Amino acid sequence: MSGTPVRVTVNGRLHERVVAEPRLLLSDFLRHELGLTGTHVGCEHGVCGCCTIRLDGEAVRSCLLFAVQADGAEIVTIEGLARGEELHPIQAAFRECHGLQCGFCTPGFVMAVDAYLEEVRRPDLTDEEVREAISGNLCRCTGYQNIVEAVKLAAKTMYGEA
Amino acid sequence: MATRVFGKPIRRNEDLRLVRGMGSYLDDVETADPVHVAFLRSPHAHARISSVDVSVARALPGVVGVYLHGDLGEHDIELPLMIPHPCMPYPRTQRLLAKGEVHYVGQTIAMVVAESRYVAEDAVELIDVDYDLLPAVVDLERALEAGAPTTHSDSPGNVGAHLVQVVGDPDEAFARADVVFTERIEIERSAGQSMETRGVLASYDPRTRELSVWDTTQAPLTIKGSLGSLFGIPYNKVRVKQPDMGGGFGTKVMFYPDEILVPWASIQLGRPVKYVEDRIEHFLGSTHERKQVHELELAATKDGEVLALRDRFLHDTGAYIPYGIAIAQVAATQLPGPYRVPSFRVEFTAVYTNTVPVTPYRGCGRPQACLVIERAMDRLADEIGVDRAEIRRRNYICPEEFPYRRGDILFADGLPVTLDSGSYEAQLDTLLDAIGWHGFREEQAAARAEGRRIGIGLANYVEGTGLGPYEGAHVQVEPTTGKVWVATGLVSIGQGLETSLAQIAAEELGVDTEDVLVVTGDTQAMPWGVATFASRAAVVSGNAVAVAAGEVRRKALRFAANMLEAAEDDLVLEGGRVFVKGAPDRFVTLKQVAIASNPLRYAFDADARAATQFAPARRSDGPQLPEGEEPGLESVGYYSPPHATWASGAHAAVVEVDEETGELRYLRYAAVHDCGTMINPMIVEGQVMGGVAQGIGGAFYERMAYDQDGQLRNASFMDFLIPYATEVPPMRLEHLETPSPLNPKGIKGAGEAGCIPVPALTAAAIDDALADLGVRVRSMPLDPCSLKALIDEARAARA
Amino acid sequence: MKPPPFDYHRPESLEEALRLRAELGPDASVLAGGQSLVPMLNMRLARPAALIDLNRVPGLAGIRVEGGAVRVGAMTRHRALERSDEAHAACPLLREALGLVAHAIVRNRGTIGGSIAHADPAAELPSVLTVLGGHVVATSVRGQRTVAASDLFEFHFTTSLEPDELVTEVVFPLPPSGAGTAFLEISRRHGDYALAGVACVVANGSTRLCFTGVGPTPVLVESDDPEAAAAATQPADDIHGTARYRRALVRVLARRATALARERAGGGAA
Repeated sequence: MSGTPVRVTVNGRLHERVVAEPRLLLSDFLRHELGLTGTHVGCEHGVCGCCTIRLDGEAVRSCLLFAVQADGAEIVTIEGLARGEELHPIQAAFRECHGLQCGFCTPGFVMAVDAYLEEVRRPDLTDEEVREAISGNLCRCTGYQNIVEAVKLAAKTMYGEA
Repeated sequence: MATRVFGKPIRRNEDLRLVRGMGSYLDDVETADPVHVAFLRSPHAHARISSVDVSVARALPGVVGVYLHGDLGEHDIELPLMIPHPCMPYPRTQRLLAKGEVHYVGQTIAMVVAESRYVAEDAVELIDVDYDLLPAVVDLERALEAGAPTTHSDSPGNVGAHLVQVVGDPDEAFARADVVFTERIEIERSAGQSMETRGVLASYDPRTRELSVWDTTQAPLTIKGSLGSLFGIPYNKVRVKQPDMGGGFGTKVMFYPDEILVPWASIQLGRPVKYVEDRIEHFLGSTHERKQVHELELAATKDGEVLALRDRFLHDTGAYIPYGIAIAQVAATQLPGPYRVPSFRVEFTAVYTNTVPVTPYRGCGRPQACLVIERAMDRLADEIGVDRAEIRRRNYICPEEFPYRRGDILFADGLPVTLDSGSYEAQLDTLLDAIGWHGFREEQAAARAEGRRIGIGLANYVEGTGLGPYEGAHVQVEPTTGKVWVATGLVSIGQGLETSLAQIAAEELGVDTEDVLVVTGDTQAMPWGVATFASRAAVVSGNAVAVAAGEVRRKALRFAANMLEAAEDDLVLEGGRVFVKGAPDRFVTLKQVAIASNPLRYAFDADARAATQFAPARRSDGPQLPEGEEPGLESVGYYSPPHATWASGAHAAVVEVDEETGELRYLRYAAVHDCGTMINPMIVEGQVMGGVAQGIGGAFYERMAYDQDGQLRNASFMDFLIPYATEVPPMRLEHLETPSPLNPKGIKGAGEAGCIPVPALTAAAIDDALADLGVRVRSMPLDPCSLKALIDEARAARA
Repeated sequence: MKPPPFDYHRPESLEEALRLRAELGPDASVLAGGQSLVPMLNMRLARPAALIDLNRVPGLAGIRVEGGAVRVGAMTRHRALERSDEAHAACPLLREALGLVAHAIVRNRGTIGGSIAHADPAAELPSVLTVLGGHVVATSVRGQRTVAASDLFEFHFTTSLEPDELVTEVVFPLPPSGAGTAFLEISRRHGDYALAGVACVVANGSTRLCFTGVGPTPVLVESDDPEAAAAATQPADDIHGTARYRRALVRVLARRATALARERAGGGAA
């Protein structure tokens, strides 16, 4: 089988693979070809948001893309945020505010929030704004309130006190 | 003790890996050369399988095997009945693969093993099955009519279980009551729907004859024992590991066909075999809960004192009854809630239907019972014209009445229902302040003047938690790191157990919580225990950890006394070291004690070398390990509760109803929760808030939409509507701590509580918002369409 | 839930895309944002023999406000149009409706042309295009033509486009000056498909309403009469609501949207 070559930069590192079948989902490619299992798969129909990554800067569902479509792209996954042992401010805020329990949805939330905060670049977020911003991600454990707190804390950490 | 960590909102140990995407969930576990499973599942609710042709599927390149029930040989079996009970006339459980007849949409018929999940799914589509359709049983009441079709063709009827229980003399109470009424209350079917689906990875090594299984189970020791006995593998050569778990909610405590079939396939093929459910399979193949229809009669005095209840209810058990009567029994026993209710009669019939089997989902019968009793209490308040909060006050069990035993009615642990402690009225008062109950009528009138309809509702619940039989813990101070290692037989399902249990060990041993490594769900680390369910982990395992850690503490002091040549009573254990009172520079570290406790001669690091400067941990003129002593600074401890301990709570919400569209919005929410002494309030709050969100799902968003043919019409996240952040309101939480007298730590369970009262208080708040129209909510969940229909009916009735 | 096999084509020019479209015919599906198509593939509800991925075709994305219209290249992402201040200033109805299209992360990938060509009658954009009297530019190897929204949407997920045609541009005419517009919908959860929704333009004393989710296509009603609206729509029962309920929502939405649009027309801005 010939396959399709895929060159993709993930978390700053270039990967080259030959994808045997074009139907391979990007989420499966990241997880099982590249071993980046922090991107989780919760529904595979684009609702839950567990598989959210950043593709050329935009937060997207990796279960709704084929690996071959990512050829030439720059991807950031949850594994690309912390610097060594030092947590990214969003990750630190999730821990500080108890914004996670089972942790399965967490990478998707963190990546969605990462893109959101980079876009708004403000420390003074309201609850309503934050709830709207995270409304594409499902969490079954926390009831969201502590996630909202975590996003507000991360915004303050990253963009200064309001 | 200087370092108090018990009871503190300490950040969680597990988060350090989880927030980085470095958790290891089932599908993250990699083995060399795995093959992948997909199942052919029944597309029909009830049908006879007349023929199956797998030849085309078997021939597809990449397919390793296709198996039907007849290929399983001696393992062509039914799953075990996990909790037998004599009230079940013909208990049915599921076969691993269907034989002859299928009983629900989603039932496993064939297992395909292939080089990838993609190919396995291709092969499933190539299996050709001929079905003869049989009538499907879906509606509970019709299922019990004479001549109704049966869920199982070879069963005489659809009764899964039938039980009558009586406390006191209800008929006498009804005869003398001033107020008597009947309410019919229904609640729909839902499911846990954890973000991670279920999965199994099995690897059998034919050389060592060891079977290693990774399983998203809440009960790894059950799986270990079952697989060992089924496959004739020595108990200690079966290792079951539960990796990080993406939520459990009860759904993962059941025993599923794949949990046997996947290890079986690995043994057959000599290769690792992996199965990860997709979301649709999780809807169709993993268990549901909640559907019940109650007819409750209530008898009270004119002052609102409840004298008796009589409740008859139907409980939908789906196609099988593997978990026995657990849910119905919990519902029956929780029916009187926190109220005195001196007499009651409860009769339930569990009904088979051609739908996904029903086993406990977070709440386990309690949301149903809470809806029933709380709707009845609201009605009673309205009938006699008192405030809905006041009617509760008049019926609460008072603090001085504990322990409060409800006759001979038995709880899920098989022991009489005995409420151990609680502060129900204080809880109510805290709640009323937190939600703004007292000023609400003005607020409501002001909103009404703006054309907005708002309403307030509250609900109380009690929850029997922390059941036996027992749990154990192995606590060890590691001789290489000096850190504390704790292993339990039950598992963390994402609720923060690694931290709660660490806090208990840290408290006993005077170390930081971060220096306690908790291992849960590895059957090789702790081979004895039960499982995580029924809000029991913190209560039962927590106390077991305290027992074991207490013994380690005593050992550490005893050994250190020898090492420091001081009296035990003069020693202090704190900050990871043991020192002499008043002379903190005369100390040994816990690590040094651990090293010295093991009579080996090695000195790999500075601590080991330092330990040799001290006197030995034990004095012995004979063998270095004297008789009766064990090496290592460690202990195994167990805790077995006398019976369930009863947590409680009271929640309230203010909602807004759009009477033109039937839309509902929660404006604010308050919860008062009493789970006894809290190990970590932050974790408890998280549990409660998450439960509330799930309860909101169960009140207005989530339901399993079965049609008359037994097809589940919303088996995806597009149509099964889990609330997003935009649907869940801000919550205010208040805690009460009424310690349990039953266990040394005073702990009660907290895991399930949050979801229990939400349908009940939502119904009450909707009533209140629409009170002038005479709307009374009697079924849950609602949705905009059904709420609008209630409003229209009420208006039509008034016109 | 893995997609069935398909041939994958990634044209690098419009000519190549059109040639593939002509050669492969109706057995091939066009992959734009994939936010509707890929879930259907994963669930194996769609099984095209081939996919033609337009994501590498240059020149298909872009937003221009000119000639009295917002002209949007078919491969423009929802988010790009939502973020465009120029488009918003010219036609505030667009941003209002786009904010209700699923969630931001879906809009990051979903395309304007894809939403229109998918012709989901419960989606927001077909109603917006219809209420504004807009059109699409359809291109094939045979040439280019414009298709008015009123002629485009034929049935659930069905358009009048030929199998060899691609939507290359979507043209949203600006409402007349002084007009007021509004988009309202009732959905189960924020971001869900609407139980019923409406796009509304009030201008020069006349009202145009176009409903989503209550018929096999967007339903245009040139009246502010809620009863006329209810009569024009053809809602169906489904698990989220009955036809009767949806018709009730149509009346409410007609009234609320008209009032809101009038208020905005009066206030100038929207």
